[in-house]
Amino acid sequence: MTKPEIHSDFWDEDPSPENPFTPSACYCSGYNVYDDLLPNISWVEYLYLMFMKEAPTKQQSTLLNALSVALANPGPRDNSVQAAMSAGAGGSTLASSLIAAIGVGAGNLGGAHEVAIATSCWQKFGTNLLLWQSGFNDFIKQKDGNTSRADVWLPIEHAPGFDPNGTHCAETIIQTLNYLSDISPNNHLAWLREHRTDMEKMTNSPLAMSGVAAAAFVDLGFEPSQAEMLFMLLRLPGAAAHALEQHETGWKDFPFFSDGLQVGVPNS
Amino acid sequence: MSKTNHEMDHLKLNELLKNSNIWPTEMGGWQPGVDVSFRGKSLLKDLNHLSWMSLVIYSITGKIPEPKQCELYEGIWVISTSFPDPRLWNNRIATLATNSRSTPVLGISAGIAVSEATIYGHRPLIATIDFLYDVQNKLDQGQNLSDILKALYHSTAPSYSGKGKNRSPAKIPGFGRPITPVDERRKPLLDLAKKCQYHQGKILQLAFDIEQQLKIIAPQLKMNIATLMAALCADQNMSPREFYYFVSLCFSGGILACAIDAETHHEGSFFPMPCNAIRYSGKPRRQWKNM
Repeated sequence: MTKPEIHSDFWDEDPSPENPFTPSACYCSGYNVYDDLLPNISWVEYLYLMFMKEAPTKQQSTLLNALSVALANPGPRDNSVQAAMSAGAGGSTLASSLIAAIGVGAGNLGGAHEVAIATSCWQKFGTNLLLWQSGFNDFIKQKDGNTSRADVWLPIEHAPGFDPNGTHCAETIIQTLNYLSDISPNNHLAWLREHRTDMEKMTNSPLAMSGVAAAAFVDLGFEPSQAEMLFMLLRLPGAAAHALEQHETGWKDFPFFSDGLQVGVPNS
Repeated sequence: MSKTNHEMDHLKLNELLKNSNIWPTEMGGWQPGVDVSFRGKSLLKDLNHLSWMSLVIYSITGKIPEPKQCELYEGIWVISTSFPDPRLWNNRIATLATNSRSTPVLGISAGIAVSEATIYGHRPLIATIDFLYDVQNKLDQGQNLSDILKALYHSTAPSYSGKGKNRSPAKIPGFGRPITPVDERRKPLLDLAKKCQYHQGKILQLAFDIEQQLKIIAPQLKMNIATLMAALCADQNMSPREFYYFVSLCFSGGILACAIDAETHHEGSFFPMPCNAIRYSGKPRRQWKNM
């Protein structure tokens, strides 16, 4: 019988002498977690270490911390947070509220999958406005059905990182972009700040938080899949807090849109 | 901004304002204390005789399936996707959940979500029906089956299904299988198709033709159950997206069984792993340096 093994290049454990199922020490990329890291490392440094297998620089850590604050609570109108709140309002399990937030916030509209696509775009187009222009056009073509094999994900319906329903760039997005650009050790955020209005003209849409986040993740050196994971993870605190609030407030004070359903009316 | 952009912004804003109050739908809704409409029919008066599978199909297609169609669809779920084996990746989620004394529904819903996998489950299923339609279209345009398959098989894959950063279903989806190349579900499902008289459909025949050609091109790729599921549903005129909706809950029977089983076991007893089961290949032990 082969011994089942878990392969990892960032996590290791020493078994305790008394019980091989209990660790005496855990190591993250070589660092002793509970002896060395616990008193010395910040939460975002630890996050970075787990994903990148190396300690962040001071600048990287500062940027990731600021990004974490910017993403932590998209607010109760955001679909992912509303999903968590809907679970809370109905008195569902607390776990289901976070599952709901992740499920809803995973998508192509302002969600984690959009961030992954936008991050891929940065990898492909870099800081070349002409490449972005043709790239955006490709996305529009894709929307019209020019895609490869059918998948669980539908093709993204808008330029990744931009809000198709927005009319102007929100002040909160501009503030985030400005601050993150100022502290970033890399150049993608700064380039985005410089060319934001050009890109908004190309896409007929304002920059969204997903676009800022993607540029920040690229500046931090994350791959698209890492960016996708981190975007979901970093937006959970707000979802959790709002879900708890609605859990206590109850369903009667949560929007039900009593007169909102127009049954039998085609979706225009 | 140009006038055109102003007009566009105006339209967007009007849409937002309009949508903030209404959700137009032909799918249906609840009239509290009165009735439930479902695609133009009353759930409580017109549809209350339906089986669960008939209702699922009705919600997807808007059509109530014939009894033998329903038998086929139910059989596809029962035979193909309802293994109560806790080692299978999606079933394992429900097993781990209830064995960790989480709730069965949390485990089952997470297990269903996990069923959107790349080496098995929803992604290859959808890719397979799309592949079959694609090949049929090319044949209808006069191309040769062997040439189509050779071109696909020898194309440079941007990714692999089994590992890597950008995984996607196989180039020839529905052929080949992890763990074993033999698919024990094939005969029972074909028997069912025959019983329901759906064994001579055009796409099912195409699947067999592909299998014959692959014996020469890539003999290691045996037809798996995804191809039969997809072909049988394609012969019922399901689109790839309808097929996706149809399979969305298809693993739930096996996942539920695993959740029930693991809840009856001692907590924490599902294959506990010792610390030395971790095969570490990363950085050597080192000391953290504060910035």
